[in-house]
Amino acid sequence: MHSDRIKQIFINLELKPDNSFLPLKTENLSYFIDEKEIISDLNINIFSDEITIIMGPNGAGKSIFLKLLNGIIKPTSGNILWNKRKDFSFFSGRQALVFQKPILLRRSVAANLDFIHNLTNIKAKYDQDQLLKIVDLLNKKNQPARLLSFGEQQRLSLIRALLFRPSLVMLDEPTANLDPASTKIIEDIIVSLKEFGIKIIFVTHNILQAKRLADEVIFFDKGKLIEHKNAKEFFTNPSSKQVSKYLNGIL
Amino acid sequence: MIEFAEASKLALNLILSLDADILEIVILSLKVSVFALIIACIIGFSLGSLLASNKFYGRGVILIIINSLMALPPVVVGLVVYMALSKSGPLGWLNILYTPSAMIVAQSIIITPIVLALSRQVIEDIHNEYYDYFKSLNLTKFQIVKSLIWDARYSLITVSLAGFGRGIAEVGAVIIVGGNINHFTRVMTTSIALETSMGNLPFALALGIILLLISLSVNALVMALNLTSKKYAFG
Repeated sequence: MHSDRIKQIFINLELKPDNSFLPLKTENLSYFIDEKEIISDLNINIFSDEITIIMGPNGAGKSIFLKLLNGIIKPTSGNILWNKRKDFSFFSGRQALVFQKPILLRRSVAANLDFIHNLTNIKAKYDQDQLLKIVDLLNKKNQPARLLSFGEQQRLSLIRALLFRPSLVMLDEPTANLDPASTKIIEDIIVSLKEFGIKIIFVTHNILQAKRLADEVIFFDKGKLIEHKNAKEFFTNPSSKQVSKYLNGIL
Repeated sequence: MIEFAEASKLALNLILSLDADILEIVILSLKVSVFALIIACIIGFSLGSLLASNKFYGRGVILIIINSLMALPPVVVGLVVYMALSKSGPLGWLNILYTPSAMIVAQSIIITPIVLALSRQVIEDIHNEYYDYFKSLNLTKFQIVKSLIWDARYSLITVSLAGFGRGIAEVGAVIIVGGNINHFTRVMTTSIALETSMGNLPFALALGIILLLISLSVNALVMALNLTSKKYAFG
């Protein structure tokens, strides 16, 4: 679907860009599971209001980092500061997290969307059909969500996240194992969200995808921050061995 | 064998002719068990969902106790309820001993642990599946419990039917607290026991057949619900 058409749907949804929570800063952020250090003394400053891609090998702590930002888990030590405040709820927008493995309610596709819309307390009805059209799921509206294919489930997860009216969308490898058509639909929405002014933090292993989408890249390895650069410099002039190895498919 | 065949024939006649005494007993049995089930479901679903969605110190001990209570001997429940409701008991002022109300209380006590333990398990499975998502949405406890119960509805109906089956087939407790009074507290199971001892086998057998039919219907409904929920991936 054309980007302008998607943006019009965002307007109809009353999606409101609000980047007042930036800069996002982590101060000595650490997270342990039992005795094992998963995130280690992380100090990051995110100023970009566009797409921040998080990359790194398996076990680097990328997904845990998103969960920490989202508040699903609490840091073992250190702080997350949203424009100098610890509490994201101070800001008008919400955060939405799209999980790597879609978590869908045991309800129909339509009911999954309605569940989130009802949480927002927005009284006005939304155009569900229009939203389902973006992700090519209109004909599956009344089907049980858990019977959809993996790609369809992930597309549903993404539009369901938009119904939360977020100002920050975080995605954990949303296109892993998806076919090219589903990947394109999801990437088109992500680009449209960025152009609309919604901040995106996106975890991916896909280097080509990162090159297509990233404005800046953060690279983790073993829970540590290795590099944080604008995308062009990251891909053309990596300053660490780990990134060079990763980009060459060795790490 | 001839006696059995004759008794069966008479029993079928009683059922097909919609014998007034049998109907009265069946209706009272259903009323007592349905009321007991409603009470058990209100307590069981709400406590079950709270136990499923909260981790706290001593939770394991509570779960062991609840699971053990599933095997509560009905006669012991009957005895305890009898003592509590008798004139000298702490709840004697309610004046409900030897009434259907006392039978509902006894059956509720027998059914509640079953509904509670099974619904806790069903809801906990869904809660574990939804945990990260609900956490990311920052839902209130009430919103979580409401959503979990709704999404577990097919399985919870199955759970409640299991509780109903246990209640309607129970005899030990209701005979103690109900007294098996004719036209007042006589239910199917207590009638079967009494009529058999009096040698009125056709009447006992007729009630036995109805009880079996109810049990079969409940089980068929459980199977149909399980198939439906699987088919639509809701369960």
